[in-house]
Parts: sequence; C-alpha cells; structure tokens
Amino acid sequence: MAGDTSAPVGVSLAARPAARGVGGVRRLLHRRSTVAFLMSLPLLVLIGGLVVYPAFYAVYLSMLNRHMTAFVGLGNFAFLLRRPTFQMVIFQSSLFAITAVAFKALLGFIIAHLLHAVPGQRQRVLRGLLLIPWVLPLALSTLTWWWLFDPSYSAFNWVLTHLGFRPVPWLGDGWIARFCTIAVNVWYGTPFFMVMYLAALKSVPEQLYEAADVDGASGPQKLVHITLPMLRNIIALTVLFSLIVTFADFDIVRILTSGGPQDMTHVFATYAFQVGIQSGDIPLGAAVSLFMLPILAVSAFVVLRGVSRRSREMAL
Amino acid sequence: MSAATAPAVPAPRLHRSLAEQRRRTLLWGYAALGVFVVLFLIPPFYMVVTSLKSSAEISAEKGNPWIVHHPTLENFRYLLTYPNFRTYFLNSVEVTVLVVLITMVISILAAFSLSRMGFWGSQVLGTGVFLTYLIPASLLFIPLFQIIGKLGLINKVWSLVLIYPTLSVPFCTWILIGYFASIPKELDDVALIDGAGYLQMLWKIFIPVAMPGVIAATIFAFTVSWGQFLYPMAYLYTSNQMVLTVGIVSDLIRGDVFEWGKIMAACVIAAAPPVLLYAFLMDYYVAGLTAGATKG
Repeated sequence: MAGDTSAPVGVSLAARPAARGVGGVRRLLHRRSTVAFLMSLPLLVLIGGLVVYPAFYAVYLSMLNRHMTAFVGLGNFAFLLRRPTFQMVIFQSSLFAITAVAFKALLGFIIAHLLHAVPGQRQRVLRGLLLIPWVLPLALSTLTWWWLFDPSYSAFNWVLTHLGFRPVPWLGDGWIARFCTIAVNVWYGTPFFMVMYLAALKSVPEQLYEAADVDGASGPQKLVHITLPMLRNIIALTVLFSLIVTFADFDIVRILTSGGPQDMTHVFATYAFQVGIQSGDIPLGAAVSLFMLPILAVSAFVVLRGVSRRSREMAL
Repeated sequence: MSAATAPAVPAPRLHRSLAEQRRRTLLWGYAALGVFVVLFLIPPFYMVVTSLKSSAEISAEKGNPWIVHHPTLENFRYLLTYPNFRTYFLNSVEVTVLVVLITMVISILAAFSLSRMGFWGSQVLGTGVFLTYLIPASLLFIPLFQIIGKLGLINKVWSLVLIYPTLSVPFCTWILIGYFASIPKELDDVALIDGAGYLQMLWKIFIPVAMPGVIAATIFAFTVSWGQFLYPMAYLYTSNQMVLTVGIVSDLIRGDVFEWGKIMAACVIAAAPPVLLYAFLMDYYVAGLTAGATKG
C-alpha cells in the first residue's frame, strides 16, 4: 500500500502546472487524486465534524464555569482532583480496567488453548457457543445480570442458600458490587480475547512444536518458549485495545449499580454522565471525560505503533 | 519374520501410550470447556427462562428460580400489543438500517480511495482512521450533547443516525482498506485499459471480490448501532423517540415495580436480530472481529 499511494501523489503534484499541456497520462493521474479526495470527503467531513471538532470543543467546554458564562481555566480539573468522590472514581476506574483486563487476558488465553486442541467441527461449535456473551448487546445482558443479582429473588442466592451458604448482598455492598461489575465485564470480554488468541494460535507453525517434541520439551516449556513469544505481539495489542474499551466502559456500571452504593462503583464514563447530563454541569462532565485522555492516548499510541509495525512486516 | 517384527514392538506401545495421553488431555479439555460454556451461557439461559414466567410466578418467589414451572407466552403477547415497545423496535430498525447504509457508502468509498488511489495526505488519513476507531463513545458524548443541542436534535431519534457513523465508519473503513489492498493491482490496470471509470471499477470488481470484507463490515455496523446504549441514554428522553436498548432499561423498569418477565422477554426480542445474524454468518463475524489483528 505504501508504494502505490505515494507514487500518484508525487507525480500529480509535480504534474499539476503542466497537466494541461502534456498528454493524457498525467491528466489522468491528476484527476485520479482529485477523484480520490472526493471519495474520501464524506469520511473527512464525518471525522472532522463529529470527532475532531467535538474533541477540541470538549477541551474548551471543560474550562468554563457551570453556567458556561465565564472562563475558569483549569479550575474544573483542580476542583475534581480535590474532591474525594472523584479520587475514588480514579481509583475504581483503574481497578476496574486493570483487574478486568488481566482476567480477560488470562481466561481468554486458557480457553483459546483448550479450544485449539479440539479438532475440526467440534471446535467451531464450541467457539460459536463461547462467543455468545460478546454477541449479545451489552446493555441487555447486563440487565439480565442485574436480575440474577436481584436481592429479593436472586437466582444466585437461591443456589447459595441451597448449598448451605448465607445469601450475599450482591449489589448492596460496595466491594461486592465492585466485584460484580468486574465479573460482568470479564464475562462479556473474555470471548473477544479467546477469538483473537485462537486466530493467533492457528498461525503458529506446527513444525516449531514438532521440533520441540523431538527435543523432549515439556508442555510448559513449549508454552514459555514457543507459544508466548509467537503470540507476544497479538497479546500486547489485544490487551491495550481492551484496556481502552474497558477503561471507557459505561453500560455495565450504569445499568448494574448506577455508580452506587455510595458512589463506590462509579467509573469515569458513568460519573461524567451523572455530573454532565443528569446534574446539568456540562463543563464539569466534559472535564471528567477528559481525565480518560492520557491513558487512552498512551495505549492508542502503543497500539498504533504495533499495528503499523505489523503492517510493515507484512508488506516486506 | 519374528526378527523383522521384534524391533517394531516397542514403537506401537509408545505410540499407544502417547495416544492414550493425548486422549486424556483432550477429555480434560472438553470438561473444562464444558464448564466455561455453562458459565458463559448462564445469563442468556436465565433471560429466556424468566421471559417464559408469568408475573405471578415471579412475584411468588417460591421454588427453584432456574426452571419455569408454568411456561407462558403472556409476556411476549403483552409486548407485541404494547405501543411503546413497537415504537422502540421500529426506531431501532430505522436507525440501524440508515446507519448501516450510510456507513457502508462512506467506508467503501474512503477505503477504495485510501487503499488504491491516494491523494496528498491520504496515508496520514489512513492512520487517523484507525486512531478514530480507538476513541470511545464516553470520551465525546458531552461535547456532542452540546452540538446536537445546537442542531436542534436533542430528543430526536435522528440524532443517532448522525452520531452512530462516528463509531462504525472508522473500523469498517479500516478493515475494508485491508481487503481492498489484498486485491492484485493488475486488475485495476485491466479495468482502466478497458475504459472503466473508478466508480465502475469499484462497483464491478472491488466490491464483489472483497465481498467477505463488505459483509464483515456490515455486520459490525449493524451490531454497533443496534446495541449502542450511551448515546441514546444521553440524548433521548421521551418514549416516542427511544430505541430498544434505552427503551427497555428506562421504560419497562418503572420505579421499584420490576416486571421482570416482560423485561426479559423484551431483552429476548431485542437480542434476537444480532444473535440470528451471528448464527448464520459466524465466519464473517469472526473474520471481522479478528481483522484488526490479523490484517495489517
């Protein structure tokens, strides 16, 4: 791709002044880049108008006072950082994202490994079943989880009491509710990791394992010396990508707990929603959202570097 | 003869024990996978079970909640005649169909242009597209709230048709760039010599050849706009404008009186389209999911 996009660019730019005089080929190239630009125009308008502009607008908004009548500089950010609730939001967002991603990566890896050993059609069927959590719209499955956790008629508590345990106040206790939001996210996201790793496992050359068998390598040795190095790139990309998505999660916390009890489960997105939309303090809400930017930017930068390196490798 | 077979004896035994070992590992694998399948399918199972229960059975709070004692379709019957629910469903369908169409037009044109034609800055734009894909909805929903307000689209279902493409177009463009770039360049030359225009080339060659990519992108656009929750939650507040996700969450849950049978039946109906699509087009679905990783 690198070669064939840069060529017409250079030629057409150089050819522009002379295009009318010289014959068909250069005019064609000239027209080619114009046509190309026009074909990308809807994309440019969309990204420019509804992504780039709102991003800068968010920065501007976050520096206004509540009624958007005066400029307060970084006042909103300073105010948020001093607020204990918001400190808890930062803590909980990090806890939520890091714990959930770690479990998703681990479980996804285990399941992908187990699936990889299953032959043919059966693997397809199992993969199909295991991917269902990812296919269901998250808002609807979270609603079902809420119903499973329901205090008065909780299906989980019914099982617990029948096994002789005490019922658990799933969403009523801060730390248990935090655990529940993480558990739902792990349930939802593990299939994604599984599918990514499974695809990557299929691409590891079988000869490597055969050679290791000849050398008498054990299962764990093969895992550490073949599988993990071969999958390093894809694991890093998947983890970082998932970190972005998990960090920005809204649906699970909003539906399961709305941030409660005592704001203990709030993450950036739900807190921004509560402050900005529900309480109507748009600038403060914009500031809350923008706190996500540093971690997202760092992850995105690393993902992007990984992706472009991979595509360069593929081009060679 | 015995001399010939003698050295061969240890080999089959070794072979058999290895096969035995493999078989045992596989059995343990099946057992573990079985546990995961059960765990993963608890919520959808419970969703369906609850949707078949009457409100009386649920509020009685007696007996095993995991099975239906008196299965009934009254919840589904209620929803089919409940005007609000019909509105949500139709709104979801309208929004999704329009968003998928808009997304595919924008993405196909852009991906063709970026992967094949190029113009000044097109490579930067290609990278920018991927970067946009990484921007989550929860980062921009507040400035977009203001923008939509200025456009007079607050509490209008059309606002979603405007906003959703920002979530679907970047990824669709990205995977289509990958598919288009893998089509041999000789095809273009042949087409150009035959006097085909660029749009003709795109329509007659690129779209048919890259059909798996187009289908994967369509599925992605569909899933995104069918299941999005944050934007409708933030921008829509009256029931005649709502789509399924928010409609179910905010309308069917009235105060503390949870009509869980109806809520779960609504979830079953709302989850059916993406699940059916997945059931029939699983390979395209998985291809789209892993495209970001396995394609450049």
